[in-house]
Amino acid sequence: MTDITASSAASAPNRERIKASLRRRQAAETRFRAFGIGSVLIAVGFVVFLFSTILHDGLPAFWQPVVTVDVFFDPEIIEVDPKPEPLEGQSAAEFQRASLDWQRQVTMVNWNRIIQNSVAREAPDVELSAREIQALIESNERYRLRDMFVVSPGLLGSTVPLELLASANVDVWLKGDIDRSLGNDRQQLPEATRILADRFYEDGRIRMAFASTLFTNTDSRNAPAEAGLLGAFIGSLYMMLIVIVLAVPIGVASAIYLEEFAPKNKITDLIEVNINNLAAVPSIVFGLLGAAVFINYFQLPLSAPLVGGLVLTLMTLPTVIIATRAALRAVPPSLRQAALGLGASKSQAVFHHVLPVTYPGILTATIIGVAQAIGETAPLLLIGMNAFVTTLPTTPLDQSTALPVQIFLWEGNENRNYFEPKTAAAIIILLAVMLVLNAIAIILRSRFERRA
Amino acid sequence: MMFNAPESQKMNTNAAPVAIADPKKVDLPTGFKTVRTPDPEPRPVRVHADDVCVFYGSKQALFDVSIDIPEKAVTAFIGPSGCGKSTFLRCLNRMNDTIEGARVEGKITLDGEDLYDPKLDVVELRARIGMVFQKPNPFPKTIFENVAYGPRIHGLARSKTDLEQIVVESLKKASLFNEVKDRLHEVGTGLSGGQQQRLCIARAIAVSPEVILMDEPCSALDPIATAKIEELIDELRANYTIVIVTHSMQQAARVSQRTAFFHLGILVEEGPTEMMFTSPAEKRTQDYITGRFG
Repeated sequence: MTDITASSAASAPNRERIKASLRRRQAAETRFRAFGIGSVLIAVGFVVFLFSTILHDGLPAFWQPVVTVDVFFDPEIIEVDPKPEPLEGQSAAEFQRASLDWQRQVTMVNWNRIIQNSVAREAPDVELSAREIQALIESNERYRLRDMFVVSPGLLGSTVPLELLASANVDVWLKGDIDRSLGNDRQQLPEATRILADRFYEDGRIRMAFASTLFTNTDSRNAPAEAGLLGAFIGSLYMMLIVIVLAVPIGVASAIYLEEFAPKNKITDLIEVNINNLAAVPSIVFGLLGAAVFINYFQLPLSAPLVGGLVLTLMTLPTVIIATRAALRAVPPSLRQAALGLGASKSQAVFHHVLPVTYPGILTATIIGVAQAIGETAPLLLIGMNAFVTTLPTTPLDQSTALPVQIFLWEGNENRNYFEPKTAAAIIILLAVMLVLNAIAIILRSRFERRA
Repeated sequence: MMFNAPESQKMNTNAAPVAIADPKKVDLPTGFKTVRTPDPEPRPVRVHADDVCVFYGSKQALFDVSIDIPEKAVTAFIGPSGCGKSTFLRCLNRMNDTIEGARVEGKITLDGEDLYDPKLDVVELRARIGMVFQKPNPFPKTIFENVAYGPRIHGLARSKTDLEQIVVESLKKASLFNEVKDRLHEVGTGLSGGQQQRLCIARAIAVSPEVILMDEPCSALDPIATAKIEELIDELRANYTIVIVTHSMQQAARVSQRTAFFHLGILVEEGPTEMMFTSPAEKRTQDYITGRFG
């Protein structure tokens, strides 16, 4: 100690050198800080750009035009028998047959004509063809009228003010997603319909309503304005459940065995290397594997969330195993020794003391894995989950698609200017699901940490 | 209690010339015989070790250690860092089993029973030979749960009240009860270092072991906490056989009845503590104890 002070005091040039180097070091530090701040700003800039683009494109799609129409249930068009009532002495089967016959009659009614007449009555001064009126209203709205009538046949002859969904093309036209100055031959709507839509929009007969169909309907092609995400969401939900039920126990159990019990030898080294490599395998390869093993070999159905869940489980396992092992490795050895020193068996030490400490870590790993799986598209394409499905899957074996795949499908839809905002809306919903998952992870994590 | 903190500290710094046990660099005294001085009034032997050698991989850490550990007395292991005293301590409850690549040769018996008998279950052994570690390592659970854990896994308590009684008794024996009686259900990691270490002792006592091994139990504690633990060790001696590894010669002198001096993996000398600290037979012991080691 004394030697160093003596020598530095003796040599003044040393001080000069230190001073010079000090300036250099400070400059290096300032430079690095500037680089750091610059990188953070660039990253934040990209995130802001991404989110603002998506929100800007997607938010309008959460509102869609609806047309208020006084619908007249015209008895001249609805020519059906009175709704059958259960009669005395009639068997249940007979009554059902009669009801079905009646419903068939109702279906045969030209409901489009009802809509056309009702809309025409709203604009008596305009000369409109049936096709031009029909272009205004979403085609599936006729089924809504039919269903209303089936429930209450008393509507016959009455006039009911209804909010009918405008067609996708009207949506595009009113929101300005198509160039309004384009010529007639390049517009999606006939000229008369465009004028009618503008007029209705101005006098408030068309208003923007919240697009609840986005959340309550499945995909649809003949009624794109009604296409929703519910089917894809349920498919994703099934897959998420399958991933949680399979990947977490299998992954955590393997991690515990490998980390705490397995002898350290060549075989376990090999397994470790393989697990680490599996985490880096492109996800589409897992899709190929799923197609070959689950669909070709085990003959599981195509497009089924079960198969998707299995594939995503395979994909998530390495993540869960690696993260769980890291969490176990971070537990201080003194904790294990404390338990072992008391005479706890190896598994008692692990399950009573080591594992509870790692719960927050395992939980985070699980949610990260699940979130990754939820957002995965590529492997699902190879097992047929990019199918066009209009029914809700009631079991994991039914055909279904998934949220990211639905985004992929909509992005590729030929009705570009309608589906582009809708795709952005679907992306917002997917991101919201992710956000909720992560929020749950953070809440659960902090709760576990408080307990520990 | 002859306790003097500044001197003990001074002793520590003076007497820790680090000597790493690398047998390749040292001329091993082949056929070296440990110098033994029996007690004037011999105590019954509880643990008996015979020619124990320990290897970590290809490296030998202990060479032919033989020792008798008497009942209801404190035996202190002293020696410079890396001399193998902790390694030997860990052989006594087979904690070396948990170290990858560790191998133990020779024979260790507890009441004549071979500890390394393959038929013997280490779980049962460790219930009979408890251990307290260098750094206090309570479980991140409540104070009650910390102490209750051992009796619970070994099925020592017949009922809930039984278990509560064991916990209270153990905490009392570890002279911790009065300090924590109002917060038995708070986390044990919230206690001070010294309290934590006494909690660890209570936890070890709760399974009523016959032997308690202590691996430098005070090295992470301040002088006052150390004094309390030493007092406690002195009280526990009446009922338990205690083996303590310590870096502090003062501590060894204060708490132990017998002292064993290890150096470079060899048990150099062992004998009654008073004799070891006043007139050791070996020159090396003398040098270490007087702090002239080198």
